[in-house]
Amino acid sequence: MARKITFQQAINEAIDQEMGRDESVIVMGEDVVGGSGAEGEMDAWGGVLGVTKGLWGKYGDRIMDTPISEAGYVGAAVGAATAGLRPVCELMFIDFMGVCFDQIYNQAAKFRYMFGGKAETPIVIRTMFGAGFRAAAQHSQCLYPMFTAVPGLKVVIPSTPYDVKGLLIQAIRDNDPVIFCEHKVLYTVEGDVPEESYTIPFGEANIVKEGDDVTIVAVGRMVQQSLEAAVALGKDGISCEVVDLRTTSPLDEDTILESVENTGRLVVVDEATPRCSIATDISALVAQKAFGELKAPIEMVTAPHTPVPFSGTLEDSYVPSPEKIVSAVKNVSEYTK
Amino acid sequence: MATTLSVEDLLDAYRTMKTIREFEDRVHVEFAKGGIPGFVHLYAGEEASATGVGMHLKDSDKLASNHRGHGHCIAKGVEVNGMMAEIYGKKTGTCHGKGGSMHIADLDTGMMGANGIVGGGPPLACGAALAAKMKGTDGIAVVFCGDGASNQGTTFEAMNLATVWKLPVIFVFENNGYAEATASKFSVACKDIADRAVGFGMPGEIVDGHDFFAVHEAFGRAAERARAGDGPSLIEHKLDRFFGHFEGDNQNYRPKDEVKRLREEVCCLKRFSAEVTQQHGVSQDQLTEIDNEVASMIDAAVVFAETSPDPDAADLTTDVYIKY
Repeated sequence: MARKITFQQAINEAIDQEMGRDESVIVMGEDVVGGSGAEGEMDAWGGVLGVTKGLWGKYGDRIMDTPISEAGYVGAAVGAATAGLRPVCELMFIDFMGVCFDQIYNQAAKFRYMFGGKAETPIVIRTMFGAGFRAAAQHSQCLYPMFTAVPGLKVVIPSTPYDVKGLLIQAIRDNDPVIFCEHKVLYTVEGDVPEESYTIPFGEANIVKEGDDVTIVAVGRMVQQSLEAAVALGKDGISCEVVDLRTTSPLDEDTILESVENTGRLVVVDEATPRCSIATDISALVAQKAFGELKAPIEMVTAPHTPVPFSGTLEDSYVPSPEKIVSAVKNVSEYTK
Repeated sequence: MATTLSVEDLLDAYRTMKTIREFEDRVHVEFAKGGIPGFVHLYAGEEASATGVGMHLKDSDKLASNHRGHGHCIAKGVEVNGMMAEIYGKKTGTCHGKGGSMHIADLDTGMMGANGIVGGGPPLACGAALAAKMKGTDGIAVVFCGDGASNQGTTFEAMNLATVWKLPVIFVFENNGYAEATASKFSVACKDIADRAVGFGMPGEIVDGHDFFAVHEAFGRAAERARAGDGPSLIEHKLDRFFGHFEGDNQNYRPKDEVKRLREEVCCLKRFSAEVTQQHGVSQDQLTEIDNEVASMIDAAVVFAETSPDPDAADLTTDVYIKY
């Protein structure tokens, strides 16, 4: 039965249900329990924002605090995955990929191919991303395009509490390495989530709103921003179709292309910086495969090519807003050759 | 040195060491002829290290290797035809020609892979050890690092993690004196790599890596400790490589005639042969018989590799994912 819970409760429930179902599922990360070796309480934090709180009480040693050594423990999770466990490994912020990337893109991602199809590395790396917390340049980035570019990795970017639960359960059961990107601003968003376990397949985009005039493609928090824009545009008589990619690898090309065939206009909304981003990737795809369907040039709404600023005034203008999306949609709607 | 090993064990050890030497000497020759593509790093000179360790490992134990991995593979039981074909990039190779010398892996025998990244292996070995610990087996993991990898942050992180989680993992540092063309005397800040064990709360030991018996005994202690749940150990094997960093290395950073002298003075095979024939009841005939067997086996492996087909064009895009 569905009831309203938050995005972060949905993550906790997904991990809880999978740990209960399969004892090879383990969790590790910095302060995912909190309190290990200290004299106060155990499960003191349950993750820096409390996402894994309560799991230690149920599963004990299967959820482990780690030293602040991302290369060490992410690599250990990769090794454990090749040896029969299914680690759900938390990289607290996606920004920390810089200190452990080798273990992800040179090791986990390549084992199956390099070893002639014989390795299985069922690891999930959960990681927080995105601006909006005044967390500044090293704790706010959208680095999922870098992971998306790596063959051998799957990249998931959920946008709702319902999706995050189903996609995370799928990720844990998936036999390939999965980078699971959670936008920190979404953690407190509530939505209907069934109590029972369910999966959402990878590579199937979700049309969250149907429309005829303009296709908006978005991921993560940008789906909500796009929906807000779509509502405003509806009042002006512009009907938008909003496509939530859900996963950037694999990518559901068909849904994007079918939508653009119908609308003839495309706006891609991506919180990542503009170069070599999901926005450029989707734009290239449509330009290559649906050029003849386009009635206007593609618009991309992205962050600027800058680090994420600290000041609230600057950060708010850094993130693509519904207003910027409205403006981009109007540009493509009003375009005449 | 006294030994508890039977004559049969000693002959097995000799067979493994000889196989590695013959394999590497032959790859050296074939590479020079132009038959082998890519980057190849040879293990000749270090055979006692892999062999003394490998004899303590079961198939269920895991071994993470490095770019100089052929010897580790052979000592872990990877079959030489598949290895040779892999080095030639053939479809019949251990990894169907998609890995090459630096990525030979055979998960069925617990060989987690050679590794093209210096310091790539230590965290992975910790993970394999964690899996054994969580499953409640007495399995262990070993990672071979060079003096170069002893300076990598991943290695430090892995050693710290191994003690924090009390993992059944053994860090074997094969210090052959050179990280590529840079001397370990220059690049390793402490006197011995084994000194670093103290900083990570584990025992550390220095072993003469040319001495099979010393290697075998020291690793036996570490393995016993790991299997008993007493945590990780570090062992530093002081040894020498008889070829360059990679094939094609002119080795002008080494003193003239260093390799020639080492081959005469510290060859682990010569030393082992003398010791077992003089002290442990092995006859020269038995060793000669193994020499002949191994020579034929390596000849056959080269023929197998040379006559094997290349991968199919369609193999380019397979095995990236299990399902995509």
